Amino acid sequence: MTITLDSKVPSGDIADMWDNHRFNIRLVNPSNKRKYKIIVVGTGLAGASAAATLAELGYEVEAFTYHDTTRRAHSIAAQGGINAAKNYPNDGDSIHRLFYDTVKGGDYRSREANVYRLAQVSNEIIDQATAQGVPFARDYGGLLDNRSFGGAQVSRTFYARGQTGQQLLLGAYQALARQVGLGNVKLHVRSEMLEVVMKDGHAAGIVTRDLTNGTISSHSAHAVVLATGGYSNVYYLSTNAMACNVTAAWRAHRKGALMANPCYTQIHPTCIPASDEFQSKLTLMSESLRNDGRIWVSKTADDARAANDIPEAERDYYLERIYPSFGNLAPRDVSSRAAMRMIEQEKGVGPLHNGVYLDFAESINRLGKDTIEARYGNLFEMYERITDENPYQVPMRIYPAPHYTMGGLWVDYNLMTNLPGLYAIGEANFSDHGANRLGASALMQGLADGYFVLPYTIGDYLADYLNTEPVPTSDPVFTEVEQAVADRTRKFLATKGTRSVDWFHRELGKIMLSNCGMARSASGLEKALSEIPALKDEFEKDVRVLGESDDMNQALENAGRVADFFELAEVMCRDALDRKESAGGHFRVEHQTDEGEAQRDDVNYSHVSAWEWKGPGQAAVKHKEPLEFKYVKLAQRSYK
Amino acid sequence: MTATGSKTDSATTTRRPPPWPIRFYQSDVGKKYVMAITGIVGIGFIIFHMLGNLHTFEGTHQINEYAEGLRDIGEPIAPRTFLVWIGRIGLLASLVLHVHAAFSLTIANQKARGTVGYDEKRNYLAANYASRTMIWSGVIVLLFLAFHLADLTIGVKAVNPDFTRGEVYDNLIASLERWPVFLIYVIAQGALALHIWHGAWSLFQSVGINNPRFNHWRRNFATGLASILAIGYLTVPFGIMFGIIH
Amino acid sequence: MDVKLRVWRQGGAFGAGSFKEYSAAGISPEASFLEMLDIVNEELTAAGEEPIVFDHDCREGICGTCGLMINGQPHGPQQGTATCQLHMRKFSDGETIVIEPWRAAAFPVIKDLVVDRSAFDRIVEVGGFISVATGAAPDANLIPVPRDAAEASMDAAACIGCGACVAACPNSAGQLFTAAKHGHLSLLPQGQPERLQRAQAMVDVMEKFFGSCTNHAECETACPKGISIDYIAQLNKDYVKSQVANRNLAGQK
Repeated sequence: MTITLDSKVPSGDIADMWDNHRFNIRLVNPSNKRKYKIIVVGTGLAGASAAATLAELGYEVEAFTYHDTTRRAHSIAAQGGINAAKNYPNDGDSIHRLFYDTVKGGDYRSREANVYRLAQVSNEIIDQATAQGVPFARDYGGLLDNRSFGGAQVSRTFYARGQTGQQLLLGAYQALARQVGLGNVKLHVRSEMLEVVMKDGHAAGIVTRDLTNGTISSHSAHAVVLATGGYSNVYYLSTNAMACNVTAAWRAHRKGALMANPCYTQIHPTCIPASDEFQSKLTLMSESLRNDGRIWVSKTADDARAANDIPEAERDYYLERIYPSFGNLAPRDVSSRAAMRMIEQEKGVGPLHNGVYLDFAESINRLGKDTIEARYGNLFEMYERITDENPYQVPMRIYPAPHYTMGGLWVDYNLMTNLPGLYAIGEANFSDHGANRLGASALMQGLADGYFVLPYTIGDYLADYLNTEPVPTSDPVFTEVEQAVADRTRKFLATKGTRSVDWFHRELGKIMLSNCGMARSASGLEKALSEIPALKDEFEKDVRVLGESDDMNQALENAGRVADFFELAEVMCRDALDRKESAGGHFRVEHQTDEGEAQRDDVNYSHVSAWEWKGPGQAAVKHKEPLEFKYVKLAQRSYK
Repeated sequence: MTATGSKTDSATTTRRPPPWPIRFYQSDVGKKYVMAITGIVGIGFIIFHMLGNLHTFEGTHQINEYAEGLRDIGEPIAPRTFLVWIGRIGLLASLVLHVHAAFSLTIANQKARGTVGYDEKRNYLAANYASRTMIWSGVIVLLFLAFHLADLTIGVKAVNPDFTRGEVYDNLIASLERWPVFLIYVIAQGALALHIWHGAWSLFQSVGINNPRFNHWRRNFATGLASILAIGYLTVPFGIMFGIIH
Repeated sequence: MDVKLRVWRQGGAFGAGSFKEYSAAGISPEASFLEMLDIVNEELTAAGEEPIVFDHDCREGICGTCGLMINGQPHGPQQGTATCQLHMRKFSDGETIVIEPWRAAAFPVIKDLVVDRSAFDRIVEVGGFISVATGAAPDANLIPVPRDAAEASMDAAACIGCGACVAACPNSAGQLFTAAKHGHLSLLPQGQPERLQRAQAMVDVMEKFFGSCTNHAECETACPKGISIDYIAQLNKDYVKSQVANRNLAGQK
């Protein structure tokens, strides 16, 4: 098929686009909404908010999650906060400034119209969440409090202690639970989507596996919404939850949906380093720690001395040295890469030499232990719980870890993929973040998509299908896919190899982290592109999955997810190899300034790379959506 | 997947709801509320009774007169013994409700625990001996109550052969001079103290009296009350045993 | 370090359920408890025995998916910690560790250590929300919320729905979970219109599944987020009010 990437960006001034668009697209009459059935896969911030809102509007909704309840999604782990252009602190914020900061933070690789809309609806999200009972932090007058966050010169971040993601997710979860209780949403828990079903080029439904008993079943609808999150777990070790995976998005990709900018991944600079080979995940420590902590390593390589035994003169406060004006507060990508270079120079600290110090001694001397405890007490406690080291006495050890993926399924202004009737929202789409996401913007985007964008734009597609029935699940398109899913499941069990699924996942993670992680080179990416298929072959021949398919079987669930990660990893490397520039989270060592900073190539790469699946073992094909910047002036970022 | 394991079948609840006091009592929270209120009635009686007992130390005449005087309360407005009977009926009703609620909650809780329990011995941190044995301390107190009524109120011959109606002081000494009876009284007072130690704290939670500023007093109150009652009650049997009351 | 495990296995090849003994040798004290189980599972897979199934996800103590009864304590010996944040250094070399699923009639075992906690969702579905359709909200600063009230609400809202309270309770009561949700919403001005209705609806559904609260306070110590039983008292009070109060006056202070 021929693919045309029509972004459907409305015409007119950017400030009026969303209003005009909502006026121009078709609506579904309230009494007709109940005649439509919509499937929502994933019930994190984006999925739960979308399912709840669609049900409130009157659509018949079926929601799916592989968790035991909709409150578990990894949106829950977001700590810092959510941005909005409320300008409550009166420090000069506006919709335009939030828009501008987000485009700039994304290193000028996002679609202006989408970002502007995101900034516009950001205020409504705060109103909505507050009305739902999200206990945002408040000042003594009882009004909402704001704090500042990286990449912005205004205070626009709303927060609920260090658990903003949890509270916003619970708000959406409760709104969804209300609709489930009212009978407007049919909820399927412990059900994993394993395939999208297409009929005549339109999304017709999905095939799922019940994780408790292995039953494979079909579900049809007028439209399918994927809200299935990001793919950082391709690196094995990341800050994502253990079950986070790319399967839903990847299965859609294999059915023709384009995967956009897969190489845009974000590495978070302040995570607790791994302690052994069996480390299962990395824990994030809030970025706010860098306000009072100083980052350093020893000036001599392979220094075996304990941190407190290294005299002041022999310490290298490298961020303060290289970036005197931003110092320890340099942006995420910049400080992550600096830490990586220190470790490459054999200056890593800790038993595995895989971290750098984040030292509070100077702040404790200057401000007193009580002040530091008031600011970071809970974080210090968490650090001590995990590492058994007291950060009041010895410096913390931190290291960057994969955290968020800006890439994802290509969507137009309506959030529809290139497959009619298939939508992608939240982290699952290629999003509004360009090549780099600013702190506190992920929650904003997930909820904007779910509460305020998709519920309006989906009507434009559905209007054509009034009084039609969804494709019945007895249709051969469903039964064939069900069969394929069952065969694939059985194949994992029948391989009877020698190595566990986790072993392969760890190996894949190593390849990806060293070649397609914080810094990428043509030779490394080419090496990865030869190693990944070899590992994938070995996986297909040698994986060992025990147990049955008609039973709860976590290794079997994982096998399918890891198999999809292999294919994703390839297209990530291909995209990274193709993008011969450095932008945001994508850093090509060949393309840096004399000072070692990311160097964009706006002439050749000011576009979205959307990749088309061509079959197993075939190289994906790239399609371009050119990016135009009419409202933001392109500039080189500098943090010196 | 849908939820299973519901304790009651919800399909049968289509009938018109019963009047609110019954509906309220049907709920577990309601039962606990009723237990708290009836517990307060019981504690009131127990305090009153304990104070009355202390008349024993004043001598034969005083305690007998006090006991007789209780029957005269309310005279001449109400007939003699009228108010005592009102009180007795009230106490009995409270007792019946308290015991009924206790047993039905215990059975329901047993069901809620499911058929398979923990294998490893539980390592309780907050739940104490008193809270976990409320049903048993309650049963001991209940049995004691039956014995005590037979022994010193009604005067069942099999229990207290020397009982003479109206001779409170002599009856008391005659009964408590017996070692086994003395032991029964001591054990029962221990059980009662444990029961009240948890109950007098627990009732605040059950009726929802909660203010972080005063909450730590609830535990102190319960400890104080249980100790005072235990000491107050035990003075009489020990007084008899050591010949202070004779 | 080396430890011995006694693990409850149920379903699949293990039928109605029994304890199986495993040994975990050469475990780093730096490993988390679940990483220790990962290692045991790797070894079981290599030996051809089906790995132990247990629920887990975020592994940073916030999603509430994990929950194991470890040596007779929900989430193990370290207080204020979910199973996933428990580390092996809290155990001693050579120790035998008993691992069981949550036990309660409302939490039937699905397999091995995995239980079905969806009864919690049934409670939330009838009242654990503020009814506000998307788009109907007034400006967020229109209604000030006293800071102490917002903080108390947040303390309750910190509940992760792991079920340790039920697992710990000698009566398998779901009061702390229900009270935390009720406290979260009912302490805020936004939650007042539905407050009594919420208390009644949630308690009524709760009692279909769970035992009753007899104030052991064991839930409070088991809760990885340290949620106070004060919220239970508040729920009880509102439930009583819901039975007697004149709801026509609910709009008055």
